[in-house]
Amino acid sequence: MMKKIILPFIVLALATASPLVFAAEAEQHAMPTPADLEAAAELPPEGAEADKAHAPDHHAAAPHGHNEWHFSGMFGSYDRAALQRGLKVYREVCAACHSLKRVYYRNLEDLGYDEGQVKNIASQYNVTDGPNDEGEMFDRAALPSDHFVSPYPNDNAAKSVNNGALPPDLSLIIKARHHGPDHVFGVLTGFAPPPEGVTPGPGQHWNNQMQSLISMAPPLSDGQVAYEDDVPQTVDQYSRDVVEFLAWASDPYMEERKRTGIKVIIFLAVFAGLMYAVKRRIWAKLH
Amino acid sequence: MGSGPRTPFENPVVEWVDSRLPIFTMMQKEYGVFPTPRNFNYFWNFGAIAMIMLVLMIVTGIVLAMHYTPHTAMAFNSVERIMRDVNGGWLIRYLHMNGASFFFIAVYIHIFRGMYYGSYKKPRELLWILGVLIFLLMMATAFMGYVLPWGQMSYWGATVITNLFSAIPVVGESIVTLLWGGFSIDNPTLNRFFALHYLLPFVIFAVVFLHIWALHVVGSNNPLGIDTKGPQDTVPFHPYYTIKDTFGTLVYLVIFCFFVFFMPDALGHPDNYTPANPMVTPPHIVPEWYFLPFYAMLRAITFNIGIPFTEIVIISAKLGGVLVMFGSIALLFVLPWLDRHPIRSARFRPQYRIALLVWLAVFAFLGYVGSQPADAVKFGIPLSYLGLLGTIYYYGFFLAILPYLNKHEKGRDLPPSIHESVLKGSA
Repeated sequence: MMKKIILPFIVLALATASPLVFAAEAEQHAMPTPADLEAAAELPPEGAEADKAHAPDHHAAAPHGHNEWHFSGMFGSYDRAALQRGLKVYREVCAACHSLKRVYYRNLEDLGYDEGQVKNIASQYNVTDGPNDEGEMFDRAALPSDHFVSPYPNDNAAKSVNNGALPPDLSLIIKARHHGPDHVFGVLTGFAPPPEGVTPGPGQHWNNQMQSLISMAPPLSDGQVAYEDDVPQTVDQYSRDVVEFLAWASDPYMEERKRTGIKVIIFLAVFAGLMYAVKRRIWAKLH
Repeated sequence: MGSGPRTPFENPVVEWVDSRLPIFTMMQKEYGVFPTPRNFNYFWNFGAIAMIMLVLMIVTGIVLAMHYTPHTAMAFNSVERIMRDVNGGWLIRYLHMNGASFFFIAVYIHIFRGMYYGSYKKPRELLWILGVLIFLLMMATAFMGYVLPWGQMSYWGATVITNLFSAIPVVGESIVTLLWGGFSIDNPTLNRFFALHYLLPFVIFAVVFLHIWALHVVGSNNPLGIDTKGPQDTVPFHPYYTIKDTFGTLVYLVIFCFFVFFMPDALGHPDNYTPANPMVTPPHIVPEWYFLPFYAMLRAITFNIGIPFTEIVIISAKLGGVLVMFGSIALLFVLPWLDRHPIRSARFRPQYRIALLVWLAVFAFLGYVGSQPADAVKFGIPLSYLGLLGTIYYYGFFLAILPYLNKHEKGRDLPPSIHESVLKGSA
């Protein structure tokens, strides 16, 4: 009897698990994503060949495999202090080139700021609004209801000052990469001298995580951002914090989602258990 | 449909309606007392589960359509708006995204159940064909739905799949132009895919209705694959199978919700969180996981077929791949006529059982091959060769093994009846 009950669910479990296995397998063959390619667009062809010849195995060389994140796991949540530090790193470093255009200033209340603090942060940026009653566009301080102000007016402007490479928008960067948090952390901490035979073009830098030359200079250095708490002010810590912040930017409802999920699954499991008991009772009449 | 003689209902309102439109009589007949074999195992849950998933997809889809904008410049943003700014939008979208996967999982198990227990055999051929038609419609719907968020995989997946049609001789190019609504994938493509993605689920619903109607004419198959011979072999659908389906569906929903709430993007591809960019081709374009076995068959044909020792090509590699891929589904349509063995259930056909389980393993392996880059090499063998071997087995199962077993498999003795087997505890 038990065997009969279990078999279909084993099939189901296998069916469910197989795509994950595929995904994991595919990951071993991870190739640079389009945005990465775009960032590396300036790579000269000879450089590309040399790059392949010298590139060690992707996983062996990536400086950081799997990290433990505060937000991973069924009960994981965002660490508010890390989010606030990450915001500081983003604002003082990343925001020079990377937009975060899908996030509103008002969303920063999720980080633990109150309304006044959010207004204050927003007001440090300028947005163009209008037209006013006279038909003129005008500048004003940003409001909590505005999106994060982008560093460049458009993609072409961004490319023209970055050797033709477009710094990707960071709103979804964690979701848009395989193993997003580890990947972004790996890029931020993965700068190294290029392997022998790889000659960087103008504005290019070797990155171990990407296993290629990229058009981003190492953005972080120890002591660069002044933290108000007593967390170490190192590249490693800055990178962790900004990844935490960007993970939140990609998935701001994660905590609500997980909380809801635990309730939903407990409800469904209890309901299923009850229905199983009812089913046994009903079927008992037959045997 | 319920227009025969009728037993009056006691409730006057029900009776008033029923004497004018015997909907209560019909429900009573088809879902109340409907005689159902008493020996179903849990594989028989997946029809009901698939039905629930279809309803879930339609309901969540309609809500998503209220917030979605089918325009190349706005589609991606509108989906992100749903995820960030629409109340509960993230839940609706994750239910829809993962719902598609879980609809396919349920349907794949449902189809395999049919193959294992010979549910397609006389008199259920038309029931089976309607089922395969539903599967085909689902594939079209899912493909077009995946294009709507207008991410990188949406765009490039659409490019690969629509270009397949250009392999068809003579009319191919015109079909592609018609699918695109122009000369490249652009706004008209997105618009028509949205319109069709909204339409097709209702067509599916209609075919499901026919599927269930056909089921209720001939009655369900069962794990023994023998006909019911009288009331001692059956139980009324309600409460016996309503409760069993309820339980099975809830277990399924637990697994589904685990994905929705804890790993909602695990079944998707990260590239689809990058807006579509016609100027940047992803290095490795993959369809959704549920298409991977068919994608592997498409890519297995890497050679032209022509007249030997000449340059004349009759079937190009591309057309060959397309024919093999669509042929793999066409085979399912004619399965009732390929497998003419009188015994239905694989329980009593040991040779068929092994061939079918190998077929299942090969199908899963083809899924793996489809997930890998086209030039991948495993164990020193190019995966496309293994994909070709798998494709040959897939075809060989239908076109060689089944006809062979028709003639040569003796099979085991069938039990005399369902209730005797149930009482012996062997069903």
